[in-house]
Order: sequence, then C-alpha cells, then structure tokens
Amino acid sequence: MHEEIIISGFGGQGVMLLGKFLSEAAMEENKQVSWLPSYGPEMRGGTANCHVIISDEPIASPVIVESTMLVAMNRPSLEKFQKTIKKGGALFINSSIIDIDTDRSDVIVYKIPVNDIASKIGSQKIINMVMCGAMIQAKKLVSIDTMINVFKENLTGSKEKFIDLNIAALKEGMKYFSENYKS
Amino acid sequence: MGKKILMKGNEAVAEAAIRANCRFFFGYPITPQNEIPEYMSRELPKRGGVYLQAEAEFAAINMIYGAAGSGARVMTSSSSPGISLMAEGISYIIGAQLPCVLVNMVRGGPGLGNIAPAQSDYNQAVKGTTHGDVHLIVLAPSSIQEAVDLMYDAFDLADLYRNPVLVLGDGMIGQMMEPVEFKEATNKKLPPKTWAATGTRNSPDGKRRIINSLFMEPEDLESLNLALQKKYKEVVEKEVRYELYKMDSKLDVIFTAYGTTSRIVKYVIKKLEEEGIHAGLIRPITLWPFPQQIIGEYASNSSAKAFVSVEMSSGQMVEDVRLSVNGKKPVYFYGRTGGIVPEPKEIISYVKSIL
Repeated sequence: MHEEIIISGFGGQGVMLLGKFLSEAAMEENKQVSWLPSYGPEMRGGTANCHVIISDEPIASPVIVESTMLVAMNRPSLEKFQKTIKKGGALFINSSIIDIDTDRSDVIVYKIPVNDIASKIGSQKIINMVMCGAMIQAKKLVSIDTMINVFKENLTGSKEKFIDLNIAALKEGMKYFSENYKS
Repeated sequence: MGKKILMKGNEAVAEAAIRANCRFFFGYPITPQNEIPEYMSRELPKRGGVYLQAEAEFAAINMIYGAAGSGARVMTSSSSPGISLMAEGISYIIGAQLPCVLVNMVRGGPGLGNIAPAQSDYNQAVKGTTHGDVHLIVLAPSSIQEAVDLMYDAFDLADLYRNPVLVLGDGMIGQMMEPVEFKEATNKKLPPKTWAATGTRNSPDGKRRIINSLFMEPEDLESLNLALQKKYKEVVEKEVRYELYKMDSKLDVIFTAYGTTSRIVKYVIKKLEEEGIHAGLIRPITLWPFPQQIIGEYASNSSAKAFVSVEMSSGQMVEDVRLSVNGKKPVYFYGRTGGIVPEPKEIISYVKSIL
C-alpha cells in the first residue's frame, strides 16, 4: 500500500485530528506513516490542511506533490487541492457544504454529506470521523477495530464519554459509503 | 526500545532530552519550535526538573551558562532569530568549556522572515555561530526518529567534549509527526565533571572552581584557544557521521543534502532511476565536523560526472562540498529559499539540465 492523502478544511472541522487518528491507526497496523500539518497563522474559520502518507515502504518525502486521495471538507480546499490528485485517484467531497463540482474528470469522486449525517447522529463535532468512516470503507486503509482502539487510546479522562459518539460517526460514514458507492 | 508512538518532532525532541537526563530547560517562545518549551513546561516539573521561561533569549542562554557551570544537563531551543540573540552567550559557554544542548528549528530568513521550514542557518551553525574562533558540534536529523536518537548523543557529546552541541532541524522536522521509539538513557561512560562549580566540599582537590571566559593575559587566552583547537581536532577525527544512500558503483551524479531536503532528494533519486539516471546521496548527519573525507573519496574515485548540493538556502553547505571535492569534479547547487521546500520535479529538471 502507498497512499498520499491531503485532508483539508476549515479550522474547527477536525481535519488535523482526522489525519492524526488515521496515521496512528496505520502505525498500529505496522505501516510507515508521516503526518505533516500546514502550520501558518491558522485560525478558527481559516483553512487548515495536513499531508498524511501511509505506506509499506519507508517514506522519503513527507510533502505530498501528487495525492492519491484528497479529502475536501470545504469549497476552498477543493479549489486549491483538486489539481494535486493523481489520475485515477480518489476525491472525497463534503457535499453538505460544497456546492460546486470538481473540474477533474479523471478522478473517482465520492460525495459524502458529512454535516447531514452528523446532524442525524446529533453532533456537528464528529463530521471528521464520518468522513474517516467513508475513507476506510472506500480504501480499506485500516480496520475499524484499529480505529476504535485509537479512539480509546486518545479519548481518555474527561473525553472518554466521546468514544461512543466517534464510533457511531465512523460506522455511519462507512454505512453511507456502502449504500451509495462500491469500494 | 519501547512502544512506537506517533509524535510531533518538537515534542519527541523534548521527551528524548528528558530521557537523556536533561533536567533544566530555559528558553523563550518562538514558532515553529514552541511545542518544545510547552512540553518541557508540562513534563519537567513532574520529573524532577526545572522549566523556566526567561524574559528574552539573551537571558535564557545565560541561565544555560549558569546551570551548565554547576554540571547539570541543560538545554534550550529556539528558531533562527532567537539563536542569533543567544550568540554572545554561546561564545561565553564555549570559552568556559561547558556542555549544553541547543536546538534550532530553523525558519525562513532573513530578519523575522517567516515560520516556514528553511536551511538558511547552515553557515551560522557550522561556521562558529558566534565570536571568538569557535565551533559547535552540529547534528542534523532528517526524521523524527533520528532527531530523538541524536538528542541522546547530543548530551553525551556535549559532556564528553565540554562544548555546546547544536541540533539543527527545521520547521518541518519540528511540526511533522512520525512514529518514534525511545531508548533508555545511553549511560555512556563519561569523564566525571570535576570542573563543576558545586562547592569546595565536592571538588576532588578541595579547591574552589571558577567558571570564566575572561583571560586578560594573551598567553593565557592563547592556551585556552590551543586547548579548544586540540579538542576540535579530536572531534573532527572521531565524530564525523553521514549516511550513504544508493552510492553504488555506476553513478551519474552524486547529491549532497541534509535534513528535510535529503528526504526530497531520496525521492528524486528513485524517480531518476526510473529514467535510467543513476544518482546517489551523501547525507551529512554531522554538519560540523563535516564529512569532508568521504566526499573527497567519491570525488576522486566515482564515475559520477558531478555533485549537486540541494538545500533550502541560497547555497551554504555547497561551499563545504566544494572544499571537500577540491576541484576534482564540478559542483552544482539547487536551492529554494524563504520557507519554500523544493519540489522533486524542479530538482529533476535541474539535474537533467547539468548532465
């Protein structure tokens, strides 16, 4: 496996954490991983992104030039990064808030309305994990059990109560993907 | 080795320092290395140490001077402009022959520049950093695991040679996350710190210890300089480190790159291979002492047509590469500045243009 994933969105949508959890899960499955954040003067409401590489081989450069997957959680992210996707790569669009189409016709597009799915679960804070569910269902990046372990390791103390919410988000994302797309 | 943990470079460097028995941290915040002081402020008090945020870099380096004089393992970290502010104190520490570890997560310059990764402080790091005919031992990690491993070595080398050791990273090494494993402290056999100013009761000869870098008699000061140079000669003989990557027999071109850019170059080498161009990399791990000899050997014996130094600067390490190659082959340079990380395709087309 060699996936180069750009995850991008508004500050507050949890794109950094999505990348971190995914990297951690892949690490636990003995993959080589790197996580590189954009760390400019970011602020809530601004855009933020991270580059995640998951590979069977040692990772040379942590900077992604050509992505195999792009996760666009908002419109500016789609506009900025769609050109980086490799031909035949995967594009995950947060179709709840992105009202334009990609101008790439040579990539596989998955439209996941993560905000709407999250509303049904009852929290907007877990849109990142809804997207994560769709991603792992599509690409078998990591197993759901490993992902759940990562939740348990990271959400401790006062955050422990959010484990179930995150698991629900992950499962709803997976479910939406299987009902609408083929992996 | 313990369990693998996914950690940010800055935090991993801080944790490694604590595990290497560093118990004192003095510093002043600056991006992109703030997670180091943040981690230290949280962890050191819990683990029997002292974290203190100084009022400025100038104060921080002089706190380092004091703590080092007492024989403690002590460190500071900063980024480019902050290191410049520490320069005077670093010379005093070298003059007093005290050990300490400095970390510079380099950002784009000059001036306040920006907070993106750069390698524009190479000359500052290896050409003395400060006044007075001196050297720092400079270690340049290219991954988070290597940054962790080098932190242990940095403290050992500092104690062994009684000289500051600088770990030279950049914004990317500081900010990215990779899996790391921490080893236990090295417990390397090191000379006892009989020079430490810990009171006459603790000194072996019962005499007081004076920590000083002021020597008014020229003969005395020259003696100090000769002692420093003797030490530096030993460092050059014993401590050079480098990595050879794909340095096989049928080379067309040899890259030199360190830290973050060496990773980009490794990717470039793979891509060039696909097009039938054989390239290898000599990656200095110690920037001072510089791996002059091995570069010289390849300059004499390899089939490569040229050397190319790739840096995030306008061309600094390339000067040391030229000195090492010593006219035996052409030496070219490709670099980007201002916090821009060069893209593989730029390097590839540059290499094709010179071959």
